[in-house]
Amino acid sequence: MRVIDLPSSLDYQTYDALLAEVLEAGGEKILFDGRHLRWVGPNGMVNLLAAGSVARDRAGELPHLELADVGDVKSYLDRMGFFQAASGVFDAGTKPDKRVAGDSDVLLEITPVTTNSDVHDVVDRVQRRAGAILSNTLGYPLTSVVQFSVILSEVCQNIIEHAEASGWVAAQSYNWSKRLGRQVVVISVSDLGRGFRGSLSDEHSARFADRWGDATALEAAFIHGLTRFPDSGRGQGIQQIRKQVRRWDGMISIRSGTARIADVPEWYDSPPLEEGLADFPGTQINIILPERIADEA
Amino acid sequence: MRREFRVDPIAIDVNLVLQHSIASLYSHLVTRPTGRAVRMAIEAQVAESSRTSLSLIDLSEVTIIDFSCADEVVAKLILRFLEEDRPGDALFVFRGVGEIHLEPIEAVLHRQSLATVAEVAGRFELLGTRTEDEDHVWTVLQNRGNISLADVEDVFPHANHREALGELVQRRVVFSAPGGGGYHALSTLLSGVSR
Repeated sequence: MRVIDLPSSLDYQTYDALLAEVLEAGGEKILFDGRHLRWVGPNGMVNLLAAGSVARDRAGELPHLELADVGDVKSYLDRMGFFQAASGVFDAGTKPDKRVAGDSDVLLEITPVTTNSDVHDVVDRVQRRAGAILSNTLGYPLTSVVQFSVILSEVCQNIIEHAEASGWVAAQSYNWSKRLGRQVVVISVSDLGRGFRGSLSDEHSARFADRWGDATALEAAFIHGLTRFPDSGRGQGIQQIRKQVRRWDGMISIRSGTARIADVPEWYDSPPLEEGLADFPGTQINIILPERIADEA
Repeated sequence: MRREFRVDPIAIDVNLVLQHSIASLYSHLVTRPTGRAVRMAIEAQVAESSRTSLSLIDLSEVTIIDFSCADEVVAKLILRFLEEDRPGDALFVFRGVGEIHLEPIEAVLHRQSLATVAEVAGRFELLGTRTEDEDHVWTVLQNRGNISLADVEDVFPHANHREALGELVQRRVVFSAPGGGGYHALSTLLSGVSR
């Protein structure tokens, strides 16, 4: 059995090293040692599920996830619906000790996205919770809940229409006091489908010839709005999400295969395009929306 | 002015179509399959008319419409009735268009170089892609309500404006009444539609 240590903080940047280790393990059964895990965001959660799924499929048996019994991580994962989503991904060792009672403070628990009905469900749930968080916590206009719901709808549809596989979505608000000094809302989506290169290859790879790869596929979709559908009405989702995220001075990144592309605001330190990453068999979308400060309003 | 032509008025509440044709549990216009189902239900309703029809498509009860749904319910609906083999002779006006609907509707119209007439905050507006000449001509006609054939040259002495008027008819955002009945702003034809 291969033991892989989870980092103390699991987010979309520290995840790359974890994925590389999972891929290195080949078909060995994996024990994910999360006893030192102290913080995990929505992106870390949905992608931990993705890593577990990759490990499961390669080894032919469920990997094990070990978490610390002390600290807040386990109860937080429970509130985010992680353990429910982890059923069939990790073995029984992931069950929490007890359920946390009371009203949920979660914006959107980890939700499997398989059908269009799931997208309706996500939008309905977020409608009831997002208004207060977006206006009170982030200082966005009251109508922003509509644009937020549209973003969620479009990113979830990306799973169904392009991945041809199921995935997960989650969203939560945090105080990024150390990194940004502000509140943020994070939306994370992950699937283990065919990725952007796989989705676009049949229609578009020929024109790129030798340059075709994960990075060019991401650029084609992210920057130029290409899709595999000949219908000219397609391909608007990502473009419109980018436009709205820019208006809110947010960050959006898409990771697929060995590349990641991003719209990076001034407050975030990340390259707009990364290549040569561990080969993620699917797509991750990460959106960070920062609190509006007074002189931006 | 007594009209010599007939336009069948059809009122379509998109929220009711959504609930009746898709699933009563869905309350928002999101996802492409939902939009497609709503569009097909509207098409079926419009196709029942054997004459030219004017459909008033009401979005006032729709609280969320995403880009995929707007592409189906607005852009593809308009495209379908611009085709030679369209299922009927239909004109469309969207009403109850609020701030929350405008961005997706404008985006999908511009994406496919389409235009449509919409009632926005109580005023009729031409949305989507249009030239300056088309915008001018449409606004003049909208303010006048209608223009008889005899008055066209007086109202639009410049040839480019008269050409734009013809384009607006082709794009089905202006109605040219058969038998020399002149040009009509779509908003003036809504009197028979229950609103």
